[in-house]
Amino acid sequence: MRFAVVVFPGSNCDVDMYHAIKDELGEEVQYVWHDDQELSSFDGILIPGGFSYGDYLRGGAIARFSNVMNSIYEANKAGKPILGVCNGFQILLEAGLLPGAMQRNEKLKFICRQVELIVENNETMFTSLYGKEEKITVPVAHGEGNYFCDEATYERLVENKQIAFRYGTNINGSRHDIAGITNDVGNVLGMMPHPERAVDELLGSRDGLKLFQSIVKSWREAHVVSS
Amino acid sequence: MYNVKVFVTLKESVLDPQGAAVKDSLHHLSYQSVEDVRIGKYIELTLKKEDGDIDAQVREICEKLLANTVIEDFTYEIEEVVPQ
Repeated sequence: MRFAVVVFPGSNCDVDMYHAIKDELGEEVQYVWHDDQELSSFDGILIPGGFSYGDYLRGGAIARFSNVMNSIYEANKAGKPILGVCNGFQILLEAGLLPGAMQRNEKLKFICRQVELIVENNETMFTSLYGKEEKITVPVAHGEGNYFCDEATYERLVENKQIAFRYGTNINGSRHDIAGITNDVGNVLGMMPHPERAVDELLGSRDGLKLFQSIVKSWREAHVVSS
Repeated sequence: MYNVKVFVTLKESVLDPQGAAVKDSLHHLSYQSVEDVRIGKYIELTLKKEDGDIDAQVREICEKLLANTVIEDFTYEIEEVVPQ
């Protein structure tokens, strides 16, 4: 499987993402600059964290109008897996690929530590290798991870099983402890915690690796005919 | 030429963590009469005069980029000026 790691000016988790795919997951991966238009040769799109365009105006607000976004919309139409982590999640929200918006953390502090997540939906292409309600440990590192959506949107998220992860303990004020959501058809996942930083015991946890393995499993089932 | 002042504010239904922190600070400074603080953004635009509806153009700019209408409202004032 071939992954693209989209790099914006100000991305800073791109190398972690690349490492997770290449060295821990063992799949093909390539950086794609935000000015590039071409993503059609990739099977999965990864939008890493950081501070794209310095978070000017709002996190992700300017990145969503970069050239590469048109190819990301195309990839979405084709149903390809698209994962946005941290600032990548903010970009997906700003781009309207996921519902809701991100605000400053409730206590205004930048939070950088391991947190417990609960896998709410293990029937997505991103979470199929986790158990239902499995508790996993993954780090967060954000100042604006306070997820907001109105009550009607929240009810839709619940009804469509779009909530992939919730925080074990609400760290940032997110509505209903939401840590990660998918779009209604399930090929786009946005999450504030960093699974790419939890792929090796050396990093304190390898609970994030199953997320990437789930993507590969789903892709293989759809694209590789067993001999 | 137009000078445009854009005010972006959080919707009333959205909590404002920054505003709450500033309110607490003002209370510490003994401004007990401060009941609420809401923090927003003020943006100045200078636009060339062109054909077309300036009001519609500014609205579009706000909706597309300057405000995130999921959590923010915006207002603007348009002033036509003669360049010196």
